[in-house]
Amino acid sequence: MAEEEAVWKILETVPDPEVPVLSVLDLGIVRDVKCELPSASHPNGMVHITITPTYSGCPAMDAISMDIRLKMMEEGYANVKIISVLSPAWTTDWMTETGKQKLAAYGIAPPAHSKQEGAPVVCPQCQSPNTKLLSQFGSTACKALYQCNDCNEPFDHFKCH
Amino acid sequence: MNAQPTVEQRIDNLINYTLHLADSNLILAQRNGEWCAHGPILEQDIAITNLTLDQIGQARNFYQYAALLLNENGHRPAATEDSLANLRTEREFKNLLITELPIGDWAQTILRQFFYSHYQLGLYEQLQKSSDSQMAAIAEKSVKETKYHVKWSSDWVLRLGDGTAESRERMLKALELLWQYTGEMFVPVGYEMGMGINFEQLKADWEQQVFAVLDTATLLEDDQASKLNTVFMQLGGKNGVHTEQMGFILAELQYLQRTYPGANW
Repeated sequence: MAEEEAVWKILETVPDPEVPVLSVLDLGIVRDVKCELPSASHPNGMVHITITPTYSGCPAMDAISMDIRLKMMEEGYANVKIISVLSPAWTTDWMTETGKQKLAAYGIAPPAHSKQEGAPVVCPQCQSPNTKLLSQFGSTACKALYQCNDCNEPFDHFKCH
Repeated sequence: MNAQPTVEQRIDNLINYTLHLADSNLILAQRNGEWCAHGPILEQDIAITNLTLDQIGQARNFYQYAALLLNENGHRPAATEDSLANLRTEREFKNLLITELPIGDWAQTILRQFFYSHYQLGLYEQLQKSSDSQMAAIAEKSVKETKYHVKWSSDWVLRLGDGTAESRERMLKALELLWQYTGEMFVPVGYEMGMGINFEQLKADWEQQVFAVLDTATLLEDDQASKLNTVFMQLGGKNGVHTEQMGFILAELQYLQRTYPGANW
Protein backbone atom coordinates (compact mmCIF):
# COMPACT_ATOMS: atom_id res chain seq x y z
CA MET A 1 0.00 0.00 0.00
CA ALA A 2 2.79 2.39 0.97
CA GLU A 3 4.53 1.54 -2.32
CA GLU A 4 1.45 2.51 -4.30
CA GLU A 5 1.02 5.73 -2.35
CA ALA A 6 4.59 6.63 -3.26
CA VAL A 7 3.79 6.09 -6.94
CA TRP A 8 0.66 8.27 -6.72
CA LYS A 9 2.86 11.00 -5.17
CA ILE A 10 5.26 10.79 -8.13
CA LEU A 11 2.41 10.96 -10.63
CA GLU A 12 1.31 14.20 -8.99
CA THR A 13 4.45 15.78 -10.46
CA VAL A 14 3.89 14.63 -14.07
CA PRO A 15 2.34 17.56 -15.99
CA ASP A 16 -0.11 17.38 -18.86
CA PRO A 17 1.92 18.35 -21.96
CA GLU A 18 -0.84 20.56 -23.42
CA VAL A 19 -1.97 22.26 -20.21
CA PRO A 20 1.16 22.12 -18.04
CA VAL A 21 -0.49 23.63 -14.96
CA LEU A 22 -2.41 20.36 -14.60
CA SER A 23 -0.84 17.13 -13.43
CA VAL A 24 -1.99 13.84 -14.91
CA LEU A 25 -3.78 13.28 -11.59
CA ASP A 26 -5.62 16.63 -11.80
CA LEU A 27 -6.79 15.58 -15.26
CA GLY A 28 -8.22 12.33 -13.88
CA ILE A 29 -6.64 10.05 -16.47
CA VAL A 30 -4.77 7.76 -14.08
CA ARG A 31 -7.25 5.05 -13.19
CA ASP A 32 -5.18 2.62 -11.14
CA VAL A 33 -1.74 1.91 -9.70
CA LYS A 34 -0.61 -1.57 -8.65
CA CYS A 35 2.81 -2.55 -7.39
CA GLU A 36 3.81 -6.15 -8.00
CA LEU A 37 6.24 -7.61 -5.52
CA PRO A 38 9.62 -8.90 -6.71
CA SER A 39 9.33 -12.34 -8.31
CA ALA A 40 11.46 -14.74 -10.32
CA SER A 41 10.49 -13.07 -13.60
CA HIS A 42 10.74 -9.51 -12.21
CA PRO A 43 13.38 -9.52 -9.47
CA ASN A 44 12.83 -5.79 -8.91
CA GLY A 45 9.05 -5.94 -8.95
CA MET A 46 6.81 -4.25 -11.48
CA VAL A 47 4.56 -1.19 -11.34
CA HIS A 48 1.32 -1.30 -13.35
CA ILE A 49 -0.17 2.11 -14.12
CA THR A 50 -3.55 2.20 -15.85
CA ILE A 51 -4.43 5.33 -17.79
CA THR A 52 -7.39 6.27 -20.01
CA PRO A 53 -7.33 8.67 -22.97
CA THR A 54 -9.21 11.98 -22.83
CA TYR A 55 -10.19 11.91 -26.52
CA SER A 56 -9.63 8.98 -28.93
CA GLY A 57 -7.33 11.06 -31.13
CA CYS A 58 -5.60 13.11 -28.46
CA PRO A 59 -1.97 13.37 -29.61
CA ALA A 60 -0.89 14.12 -26.03
CA MET A 61 -1.58 10.55 -24.88
CA ASP A 62 1.65 9.10 -26.30
CA ALA A 63 3.59 11.98 -24.75
CA ILE A 64 1.86 11.39 -21.41
CA SER A 65 2.78 7.67 -21.37
CA MET A 66 6.38 8.60 -22.17
CA ASP A 67 6.48 11.33 -19.51
CA ILE A 68 5.14 8.95 -16.86
CA ARG A 69 7.72 6.33 -17.80
CA LEU A 70 10.59 8.84 -17.73
CA LYS A 71 9.53 10.30 -14.38
CA MET A 72 9.24 6.82 -12.88
CA MET A 73 12.73 5.94 -14.15
CA GLU A 74 14.06 9.14 -12.65
CA GLU A 75 12.60 8.01 -9.33
CA GLY A 76 14.26 4.62 -9.63
CA TYR A 77 11.43 2.48 -11.03
CA ALA A 78 12.86 0.61 -14.02
CA ASN A 79 10.00 -1.83 -14.54
CA VAL A 80 6.85 0.09 -15.33
CA LYS A 81 3.96 -1.19 -17.36
CA ILE A 82 1.51 1.44 -18.67
CA ILE A 83 -1.86 0.05 -19.63
CA SER A 84 -4.39 2.09 -21.59
CA VAL A 85 -8.08 1.31 -21.10
CA LEU A 86 -11.07 2.85 -22.92
CA SER A 87 -13.92 1.90 -20.59
CA PRO A 88 -15.28 3.49 -18.49
CA ALA A 89 -14.79 6.44 -20.83
CA TRP A 90 -12.97 9.45 -19.38
CA THR A 91 -15.14 12.31 -18.19
CA THR A 92 -14.24 15.80 -17.01
CA ASP A 93 -16.10 14.86 -13.80
CA TRP A 94 -12.89 13.03 -12.87
CA MET A 95 -10.91 16.26 -12.93
CA THR A 96 -9.98 17.30 -9.39
CA GLU A 97 -11.29 20.49 -7.77
CA THR A 98 -7.75 21.82 -7.42
CA GLY A 99 -7.25 21.02 -11.11
CA LYS A 100 -10.29 23.13 -12.00
CA GLN A 101 -8.99 26.02 -9.87
CA LYS A 102 -5.57 25.78 -11.53
CA LEU A 103 -7.21 25.88 -14.98
CA ALA A 104 -9.18 29.03 -14.14
CA ALA A 105 -6.04 30.72 -12.76
CA TYR A 106 -4.24 29.76 -16.00
CA GLY A 107 -6.94 31.52 -18.09
CA ILE A 108 -8.94 28.48 -19.18
CA ALA A 109 -12.57 28.29 -18.03
CA PRO A 110 -12.90 24.88 -16.30
CA PRO A 111 -15.61 22.35 -17.21
CA ALA A 112 -18.82 22.31 -15.21
CA HIS A 113 -19.87 19.03 -13.60
CA SER A 114 -21.89 17.02 -16.13
CA LYS A 115 -24.97 17.44 -13.91
CA GLN A 116 -24.68 21.22 -14.40
CA GLU A 117 -24.04 21.06 -18.14
CA GLY A 118 -25.48 24.16 -19.78
CA ALA A 119 -24.61 26.41 -16.83
CA PRO A 120 -23.08 29.72 -18.00
CA VAL A 121 -19.36 29.61 -18.77
CA VAL A 122 -17.64 32.17 -16.57
CA CYS A 123 -14.91 34.41 -17.99
CA PRO A 124 -11.61 33.44 -16.32
CA GLN A 125 -10.39 37.07 -16.64
CA CYS A 126 -13.22 39.13 -15.14
CA GLN A 127 -15.50 36.39 -13.69
CA SER A 128 -18.48 37.59 -15.74
CA PRO A 129 -21.02 34.89 -16.63
CA ASN A 130 -22.04 37.00 -19.65
CA THR A 131 -20.05 35.12 -22.33
CA LYS A 132 -20.67 33.69 -25.81
CA LEU A 133 -19.52 30.62 -27.73
CA LEU A 134 -17.34 31.50 -30.73
CA SER A 135 -16.54 27.97 -31.85
CA GLN A 136 -17.29 24.51 -30.47
CA PHE A 137 -13.74 23.46 -31.31
CA GLY A 138 -10.78 25.35 -29.88
CA SER A 139 -7.00 25.04 -29.83
CA THR A 140 -7.19 21.36 -28.81
CA ALA A 141 -9.94 18.73 -29.06
CA CYS A 142 -10.84 19.17 -25.39
CA LYS A 143 -11.48 22.93 -25.60
CA ALA A 144 -14.07 25.30 -27.11
CA LEU A 145 -13.49 28.97 -27.93
CA TYR A 146 -15.49 31.59 -26.00
CA GLN A 147 -15.54 35.35 -25.70
CA CYS A 148 -16.55 37.51 -22.75
CA ASN A 149 -19.30 40.03 -23.56
CA ASP A 150 -18.14 42.31 -20.73
CA CYS A 151 -14.34 42.47 -20.99
CA ASN A 152 -14.31 41.28 -24.65
CA GLU A 153 -11.45 38.89 -23.96
CA PRO A 154 -11.55 35.64 -25.97
CA PHE A 155 -10.72 32.54 -23.92
CA ASP A 156 -10.59 28.73 -24.03
CA HIS A 157 -13.18 26.66 -22.21
CA PHE A 158 -12.32 23.09 -21.22
CA LYS A 159 -15.42 21.33 -22.52
CA CYS A 160 -17.64 19.27 -20.27
CA HIS A 161 -17.08 15.76 -21.63
CA MET B 1 -32.21 -22.05 -43.42
CA ASN B 2 -28.66 -20.90 -42.73
CA ALA B 3 -26.31 -23.11 -40.79
CA GLN B 4 -24.85 -21.56 -37.63
CA PRO B 5 -21.52 -19.86 -38.41
CA THR B 6 -18.45 -21.70 -37.17
CA VAL B 7 -16.13 -20.13 -34.61
CA GLU B 8 -13.66 -19.32 -37.41
CA GLN B 9 -16.38 -17.59 -39.43
CA ARG B 10 -17.46 -15.57 -36.42
CA ILE B 11 -13.91 -14.36 -35.79
CA ASP B 12 -13.47 -13.62 -39.48
CA ASN B 13 -16.67 -11.58 -39.48
CA LEU B 14 -15.58 -9.66 -36.40
CA ILE B 15 -12.21 -8.83 -37.99
CA ASN B 16 -13.84 -7.67 -41.23
CA TYR B 17 -16.42 -5.66 -39.34
CA THR B 18 -13.75 -3.97 -37.20
CA LEU B 19 -11.78 -3.14 -40.35
CA HIS B 20 -14.92 -1.74 -42.00
CA LEU B 21 -15.45 0.66 -39.07
CA ALA B 22 -11.77 1.61 -39.03
CA ASP B 23 -11.62 2.17 -42.81
CA SER B 24 -14.68 4.45 -42.93
CA ASN B 25 -13.17 6.63 -40.21
CA LEU B 26 -9.71 6.71 -41.77
CA ILE B 27 -10.86 7.52 -45.31
CA LEU B 28 -13.23 10.27 -44.21
CA ALA B 29 -10.50 11.69 -41.97
CA GLN B 30 -8.10 11.66 -44.92
CA ARG B 31 -10.69 13.57 -46.96
CA ASN B 32 -11.53 16.08 -44.23
CA GLY B 33 -7.83 16.63 -43.62
CA GLU B 34 -7.72 18.27 -47.07
CA TRP B 35 -9.40 21.27 -45.43
CA CYS B 36 -6.41 21.85 -43.16
CA ALA B 37 -5.32 25.48 -43.77
CA HIS B 38 -8.10 25.81 -46.43
CA GLY B 39 -11.18 26.23 -44.20
CA PRO B 40 -13.58 29.09 -44.97
CA ILE B 41 -12.63 30.83 -41.71
CA LEU B 42 -10.02 30.03 -39.09
CA GLU B 43 -12.45 28.73 -36.44
CA GLN B 44 -14.01 26.29 -38.89
CA ASP B 45 -10.64 25.19 -40.21
CA ILE B 46 -9.83 24.28 -36.59
CA ALA B 47 -13.23 22.67 -36.08
CA ILE B 48 -13.04 20.30 -39.05
CA THR B 49 -9.47 19.30 -38.30
CA ASN B 50 -10.33 18.68 -34.63
CA LEU B 51 -13.19 16.50 -35.73
CA THR B 52 -10.82 14.72 -38.12
CA LEU B 53 -8.49 14.03 -35.24
CA ASP B 54 -11.33 12.31 -33.35
CA GLN B 55 -11.96 10.16 -36.42
CA ILE B 56 -8.31 9.19 -36.73
CA GLY B 57 -8.31 8.29 -33.03
CA GLN B 58 -11.39 6.12 -33.49
CA ALA B 59 -9.83 4.52 -36.59
CA ARG B 60 -6.69 3.75 -34.58
CA ASN B 61 -8.72 2.07 -31.82
CA PHE B 62 -10.45 -0.16 -34.38
CA TYR B 63 -7.23 -0.93 -36.30
CA GLN B 64 -5.42 -1.85 -33.08
CA TYR B 65 -8.25 -4.19 -32.18
CA ALA B 66 -8.31 -5.72 -35.68
CA ALA B 67 -4.53 -6.23 -35.51
CA LEU B 68 -4.87 -7.95 -32.13
CA LEU B 69 -7.57 -10.29 -33.45
CA LEU B 70 -5.60 -11.06 -36.61
CA ASN B 71 -2.41 -11.82 -34.71
CA GLU B 72 -4.21 -13.96 -32.13
CA ASN B 73 -5.50 -16.00 -35.04
CA GLY B 74 -2.13 -16.64 -36.57
CA HIS B 75 -1.75 -13.76 -39.03
CA ARG B 76 1.89 -13.59 -40.17
CA PRO B 77 3.72 -11.29 -40.52
CA ALA B 78 2.08 -9.70 -37.51
CA ALA B 79 -0.42 -6.98 -38.40
CA THR B 80 -0.19 -3.52 -36.82
CA GLU B 81 -2.48 -0.50 -36.97
CA ASP B 82 0.01 1.00 -39.44
CA SER B 83 0.24 -2.02 -41.72
CA LEU B 84 -3.55 -2.23 -41.87
CA ALA B 85 -3.85 1.43 -42.88
CA ASN B 86 -0.84 1.66 -45.16
CA LEU B 87 -0.36 -1.72 -46.80
CA ARG B 88 -3.78 -3.01 -47.78
CA THR B 89 -5.03 -2.63 -51.35
CA GLU B 90 -8.15 -0.89 -52.64
CA ARG B 91 -10.25 -4.07 -52.80
CA GLU B 92 -9.35 -4.84 -49.17
CA PHE B 93 -10.69 -1.51 -47.91
CA LYS B 94 -14.26 -1.76 -46.61
CA ASN B 95 -15.16 1.90 -46.07
CA LEU B 96 -18.55 3.29 -47.05
CA LEU B 97 -18.55 4.87 -50.52
CA ILE B 98 -19.76 8.18 -49.08
CA THR B 99 -16.51 8.59 -47.13
CA GLU B 100 -14.31 8.49 -50.24
CA LEU B 101 -16.14 11.13 -52.31
CA PRO B 102 -14.24 14.38 -52.88
CA ILE B 103 -14.65 17.19 -50.34
CA GLY B 104 -16.28 19.38 -53.02
CA ASP B 105 -17.28 22.75 -51.60
CA TRP B 106 -18.02 23.52 -47.93
CA ALA B 107 -21.69 22.56 -48.44
CA GLN B 108 -20.73 19.11 -49.73
CA THR B 109 -18.26 18.55 -46.89
CA ILE B 110 -20.81 19.65 -44.27
CA LEU B 111 -23.68 17.59 -45.64
CA ARG B 112 -21.54 14.44 -45.91
CA GLN B 113 -20.35 14.92 -42.31
CA PHE B 114 -23.93 15.49 -41.18
CA PHE B 115 -25.17 12.25 -42.80
CA TYR B 116 -22.18 10.28 -41.55
CA SER B 117 -22.09 11.61 -37.97
CA HIS B 118 -25.81 10.98 -37.45
CA TYR B 119 -25.32 7.42 -38.72
CA GLN B 120 -22.20 6.93 -36.60
CA LEU B 121 -23.84 8.14 -33.41
CA GLY B 122 -26.76 5.72 -33.84
CA LEU B 123 -24.35 2.91 -34.62
CA TYR B 124 -22.08 3.59 -31.64
CA GLU B 125 -25.08 3.81 -29.32
CA GLN B 126 -26.02 0.29 -30.39
CA LEU B 127 -22.43 -1.00 -30.30
CA GLN B 128 -22.00 0.22 -26.71
CA LYS B 129 -24.19 -2.76 -25.80
CA SER B 130 -22.16 -5.21 -27.89
CA SER B 131 -21.35 -8.54 -26.25
CA ASP B 132 -17.77 -7.97 -27.46
CA SER B 133 -16.28 -5.92 -24.64
CA GLN B 134 -13.55 -4.17 -26.67
CA MET B 135 -16.04 -3.18 -29.38
CA ALA B 136 -18.33 -1.85 -26.65
CA ALA B 137 -15.48 0.10 -25.03
CA ILE B 138 -14.41 1.77 -28.30
CA ALA B 139 -18.05 2.68 -29.02
CA GLU B 140 -18.57 4.07 -25.51
CA LYS B 141 -15.50 6.28 -25.95
CA SER B 142 -16.55 7.41 -29.45
CA VAL B 143 -20.18 8.26 -28.62
CA LYS B 144 -19.15 11.31 -26.64
CA GLU B 145 -16.98 12.68 -29.45
CA THR B 146 -19.55 11.95 -32.15
CA LYS B 147 -22.20 13.96 -30.29
CA TYR B 148 -20.11 17.09 -30.95
CA HIS B 149 -19.82 16.15 -34.62
CA VAL B 150 -23.60 15.76 -34.88
CA LYS B 151 -24.20 19.13 -33.24
CA TRP B 152 -21.59 20.98 -35.26
CA SER B 153 -22.63 19.56 -38.64
CA SER B 154 -26.35 20.01 -37.89
CA ASP B 155 -25.78 23.68 -36.99
CA TRP B 156 -24.01 24.17 -40.32
CA VAL B 157 -26.75 22.40 -42.32
CA LEU B 158 -29.24 24.86 -40.80
CA ARG B 159 -27.02 27.86 -41.42
CA LEU B 160 -26.30 27.00 -45.05
CA GLY B 161 -29.72 25.58 -45.98
CA ASP B 162 -31.60 28.50 -44.48
CA GLY B 163 -28.87 31.02 -45.32
CA THR B 164 -28.34 32.93 -48.57
CA ALA B 165 -29.70 31.96 -51.98
CA GLU B 166 -26.17 30.88 -52.89
CA SER B 167 -25.60 28.69 -49.82
CA ARG B 168 -29.04 27.09 -50.24
CA GLU B 169 -28.38 26.36 -53.90
CA ARG B 170 -25.09 24.69 -53.00
CA MET B 171 -26.74 22.60 -50.29
CA LEU B 172 -29.39 21.38 -52.73
CA LYS B 173 -26.66 20.42 -55.18
CA ALA B 174 -24.80 18.56 -52.44
CA LEU B 175 -28.02 16.79 -51.44
CA GLU B 176 -28.57 15.65 -55.01
CA LEU B 177 -25.04 14.24 -55.21
CA LEU B 178 -24.74 12.66 -51.75
CA TRP B 179 -28.15 11.15 -51.11
CA GLN B 180 -27.54 8.14 -53.38
CA TYR B 181 -24.61 7.14 -51.14
CA THR B 182 -26.55 7.13 -47.86
CA GLY B 183 -28.43 3.86 -48.46
CA GLU B 184 -25.27 1.79 -48.06
CA MET B 185 -25.14 2.59 -44.33
CA PHE B 186 -28.24 0.52 -43.70
CA VAL B 187 -27.81 -2.47 -46.05
CA PRO B 188 -25.82 -5.08 -44.12
CA VAL B 189 -23.27 -7.27 -45.89
CA GLY B 190 -22.24 -10.79 -44.85
CA TYR B 191 -19.75 -9.94 -42.13
CA GLU B 192 -22.15 -7.55 -40.40
CA MET B 193 -24.52 -10.37 -39.52
CA GLY B 194 -24.21 -11.37 -35.90
CA MET B 195 -22.65 -8.05 -34.82
CA GLY B 196 -25.77 -7.18 -32.85
CA ILE B 197 -26.79 -4.22 -35.02
CA ASN B 198 -30.47 -3.56 -35.60
CA PHE B 199 -30.23 -1.99 -39.07
CA GLU B 200 -33.95 -1.24 -39.35
CA GLN B 201 -33.84 0.73 -36.11
CA LEU B 202 -30.63 2.47 -37.19
CA LYS B 203 -32.23 3.54 -40.46
CA ALA B 204 -35.52 4.67 -38.90
CA ASP B 205 -33.73 6.79 -36.26
CA TRP B 206 -31.35 8.26 -38.83
CA GLU B 207 -34.14 9.21 -41.25
CA GLN B 208 -36.19 10.80 -38.50
CA GLN B 209 -33.29 12.94 -37.23
CA VAL B 210 -31.88 13.82 -40.64
CA PHE B 211 -35.23 14.76 -42.17
CA ALA B 212 -36.09 16.94 -39.15
CA VAL B 213 -32.93 19.03 -39.63
CA LEU B 214 -33.22 19.15 -43.43
CA ASP B 215 -36.80 20.30 -43.06
CA THR B 216 -35.89 23.12 -40.66
CA ALA B 217 -33.08 24.05 -43.03
CA THR B 218 -35.76 24.52 -45.76
CA LEU B 219 -34.14 21.85 -47.91
CA LEU B 220 -37.25 19.67 -48.20
CA GLU B 221 -39.50 22.11 -50.06
CA ASP B 222 -41.16 21.17 -53.38
CA ASP B 223 -41.84 17.61 -52.25
CA GLN B 224 -38.11 16.93 -52.00
CA ALA B 225 -38.60 14.19 -49.38
CA SER B 226 -40.63 11.93 -51.65
CA LYS B 227 -38.14 12.52 -54.49
CA LEU B 228 -35.34 11.38 -52.19
CA ASN B 229 -37.25 8.21 -51.38
CA THR B 230 -37.10 7.08 -55.02
CA VAL B 231 -33.35 7.60 -55.51
CA PHE B 232 -31.36 4.51 -56.55
CA MET B 233 -28.77 3.74 -53.85
CA GLN B 234 -25.11 2.98 -54.64
CA LEU B 235 -23.61 -0.01 -52.84
CA GLY B 236 -20.25 -1.79 -52.82
CA GLY B 237 -17.80 -0.05 -50.51
CA LYS B 238 -18.36 -2.44 -47.60
CA ASN B 239 -17.32 -5.30 -49.88
CA GLY B 240 -14.32 -3.49 -51.36
CA VAL B 241 -15.94 -2.32 -54.60
CA HIS B 242 -15.15 1.38 -54.69
CA THR B 243 -15.65 4.49 -56.80
CA GLU B 244 -12.90 5.79 -59.09
CA GLN B 245 -11.86 8.14 -56.25
CA MET B 246 -10.47 5.43 -54.00
CA GLY B 247 -7.23 4.67 -55.85
CA PHE B 248 -6.21 8.32 -55.74
CA ILE B 249 -6.84 8.54 -51.99
CA LEU B 250 -4.75 5.45 -51.26
CA ALA B 251 -1.98 6.64 -53.60
CA GLU B 252 -1.62 9.74 -51.44
CA LEU B 253 -2.31 8.08 -48.08
CA GLN B 254 0.03 5.13 -48.60
CA TYR B 255 2.71 6.80 -50.71
CA LEU B 256 5.32 7.07 -47.97
CA GLN B 257 5.13 3.50 -46.66
CA ARG B 258 4.97 2.09 -50.20
CA THR B 259 8.01 4.06 -51.32
CA TYR B 260 10.08 3.73 -48.15
CA PRO B 261 8.86 0.50 -46.50
CA GLY B 262 9.04 0.64 -42.72
CA ALA B 263 10.02 4.34 -42.60
CA ASN B 264 9.43 5.90 -39.20
CA TRP B 265 10.55 8.87 -37.13
